[in-house]
Amino acid sequence: MRKSFKAAGALAVGALLLGVSACSQGSTTKEADPGSSQSAGPANIKIAYQQWGPGTVMKSFLTGAKAEFEAANPGSKVEIVPIVASENDYYTKLQLMMRSPNTAPDIVYEDTFLINSDITAGYLKPLDDYIKDWSDWSQFEDTAKGAAKGQDGKTYGIPDGTDTRALWYNKQIFAKAGLPADWQPKTWDEVLTAARTIKQKVPGVIPLNVYSGKPMGEASAMQGLEMLLYGTKDTLYNFDQSKWVVGSQGFKDSLGFIKTIFDEGIAPQPKQSLDPNWGNKVGSDLLPNGKLAIALDGSWLYNNWQKTGAKPWPQWTEVLGQTAMPTQGGEGKGKVSLSGGWTWAIPAKSKSPDAAWNFIKTLQTQKNATKYATDGAQIAVRKDVAADAGYKSSAKSTQFFTDLVSVTVYRPALPEYPKVSNEIITAMEAVMTGQSSPEEAAKNYDEAVEGIVGKDKTTNQSEGQ
Amino acid sequence: MTSSASAVPAPSSREAGRGGRPRAAKLVRMTPLTPAIALMLVFLAGPIIYCLYAAFTNMALTGTGANEVKFVGLENFRKAFGSGAFTNAIWLTLVFTLISAIIGQNTLGLGLALLMRRSTKIVRNFVGTAVIGAWVLPEVVAAYLLSAFFNEEGTLNVMLHKVGLPGQDWLYAAPIIAVSLANIWRGTAFSMLVYSAALSEVPKEIEESAEMDGAAGIRRLLFVTLPMISRAVMTNLMLITLQTLSVFGLIYAMTRGGPGTKSQTLPLYMYEQAFSFSQIGYGTAIALVMLAIGAVFSLIYLRGLNSEAA
Repeated sequence: MRKSFKAAGALAVGALLLGVSACSQGSTTKEADPGSSQSAGPANIKIAYQQWGPGTVMKSFLTGAKAEFEAANPGSKVEIVPIVASENDYYTKLQLMMRSPNTAPDIVYEDTFLINSDITAGYLKPLDDYIKDWSDWSQFEDTAKGAAKGQDGKTYGIPDGTDTRALWYNKQIFAKAGLPADWQPKTWDEVLTAARTIKQKVPGVIPLNVYSGKPMGEASAMQGLEMLLYGTKDTLYNFDQSKWVVGSQGFKDSLGFIKTIFDEGIAPQPKQSLDPNWGNKVGSDLLPNGKLAIALDGSWLYNNWQKTGAKPWPQWTEVLGQTAMPTQGGEGKGKVSLSGGWTWAIPAKSKSPDAAWNFIKTLQTQKNATKYATDGAQIAVRKDVAADAGYKSSAKSTQFFTDLVSVTVYRPALPEYPKVSNEIITAMEAVMTGQSSPEEAAKNYDEAVEGIVGKDKTTNQSEGQ
Repeated sequence: MTSSASAVPAPSSREAGRGGRPRAAKLVRMTPLTPAIALMLVFLAGPIIYCLYAAFTNMALTGTGANEVKFVGLENFRKAFGSGAFTNAIWLTLVFTLISAIIGQNTLGLGLALLMRRSTKIVRNFVGTAVIGAWVLPEVVAAYLLSAFFNEEGTLNVMLHKVGLPGQDWLYAAPIIAVSLANIWRGTAFSMLVYSAALSEVPKEIEESAEMDGAAGIRRLLFVTLPMISRAVMTNLMLITLQTLSVFGLIYAMTRGGPGTKSQTLPLYMYEQAFSFSQIGYGTAIALVMLAIGAVFSLIYLRGLNSEAA
């Protein structure tokens, strides 16, 4: 009797001192849809987007659209809510906001990486009723329309652009290392050879940057590992069998590539790569200041160097070249790219969805869509924008990155993807820090994926590409 | 208690004295406490019970677990004990607690308290201020200072290079050591204060007579002084162990649990799973495991306290 009392006491003391973290409360029940009968009269709408780093492209774009919208709808107010957070934290904050009608924004900026998971969570409102009366929808590419489709076939977000990924390289450093100005590597080994040459001949410069590890979040998973994996014979997901791929050689080889570049010191030091600000440093410091030779990065990178960017640098067009990321041994189409992109969506708990939709339409007039694709360094997802002369000539790299759309791959847009992505970056970090071998890390990844989706939803076969 | 000196002997012990009040009166006396109890229930017991519930569900911030919360039984615990990351976190938590609290803060605190007893007032004040200064600093500030100290180009390496020693790279190579040292630096003051108070209770005569009997230095400490303050030792161990088990901010600000998972103790693992990876149910299950570990430690120490009391 006394013993159990003591045990209870110990537990109580432990509980008090450890301060069990309180969980986020939030009703998770679905509510009746109040928006359909609401007239789109004057309304106050809140629009939330991610602000990370010093760039102001999105901010100035939204400020312009806000002025336009408020002039056209007297009495309406648009509140722009920048959420200052790194990638993973942004999603967490946004999800917490969307859980309650009191805090839900009326428009949210959702990465296609997460949108399917948030659709499954019931956070977002289907937009089909709005879209059917919107003539501009026919201008969108079909692939882009699919980016924000739920598994119920409804559309939940309006994409404002997409992106492709490739190698950016510094021609000046290449010249010093005796490498060609028109560099076109055909295999992974040729990329590694160039990086090794730079390490030897141009000391003090980081030869090759591939994002890796947890702090960079999805950038590590997509620009890093998946750009490698999709250049092998393997994939993350087998669409023919609707199963996640585990135990693939391609995954181990991709981790092996990561291990090689960090072990040989042709990548940044792991502790640099594990800085949550690393992505900003690459764009606004290392590349403009000639401290990095090759960057596996996105089409939007020059966003940093425009007039409104973090580090205006007009010379980038002369100094930097772009070349496609080759497949592992030059197989298949010889080059590989992945595409993502962001969408504007309306939370299910928004209080003024109709006004929110009107504002999205304002963001997506042909003029504004072109302006954002140009200023925001996006690959156009609308035919009328893609055909716009101003867009086509907006940057020296636009044509190159737009052409990669022919070989590009979209991430498996499934609700489990964000969880799988977390396991990818965990595996990368274990390998780059020397904590695990590629085989061990791949094995842990396989077990984790089986835990996430269930063993019956995994397969050892990638689909024939 | 009114002591009406009645000549009438108390009818029975059950009605006499404090315990003898009728139950109703007791309840009346409790009424002023009800608001406090209600508040405790709502704001303390409520979240704890909610967490107990969440630990057995698939609750998440996004995906299926956000839309329809399902009861999954022991699934979260099964998943945890089957995962390498979790075992790694438990192991690191124990190492961190052992090095930084049970060994580091405890012995250093005792040492400082013993030394300060014999030192002059000036030294005592100076050392006391320095040690307690580290303790009163906000956790994040302390973490930032120590990051700057252990950093590759940090103060420690500058000093080491000055005297011709090779530098260290603990934040990266042995992060659990770096954060343990940081926690010792930050938390020693607490143990020092507890032991200073306890030692001031030890009568001087006893120590002097022990000295006469030939017990000097370490022997006197082991056989005379420590047994006399053993209750304080147990209490202190219990408090610092529970504090250290739940250290989060210091490690998060210094290493974020990295590189890799080399300094990812349970609180950091829990945070990552619950808030970076959105798995609220799983994160809460880990919190419960932390609670259980804290309870086990508490039980051990309570047993120690009781055997002392016997």
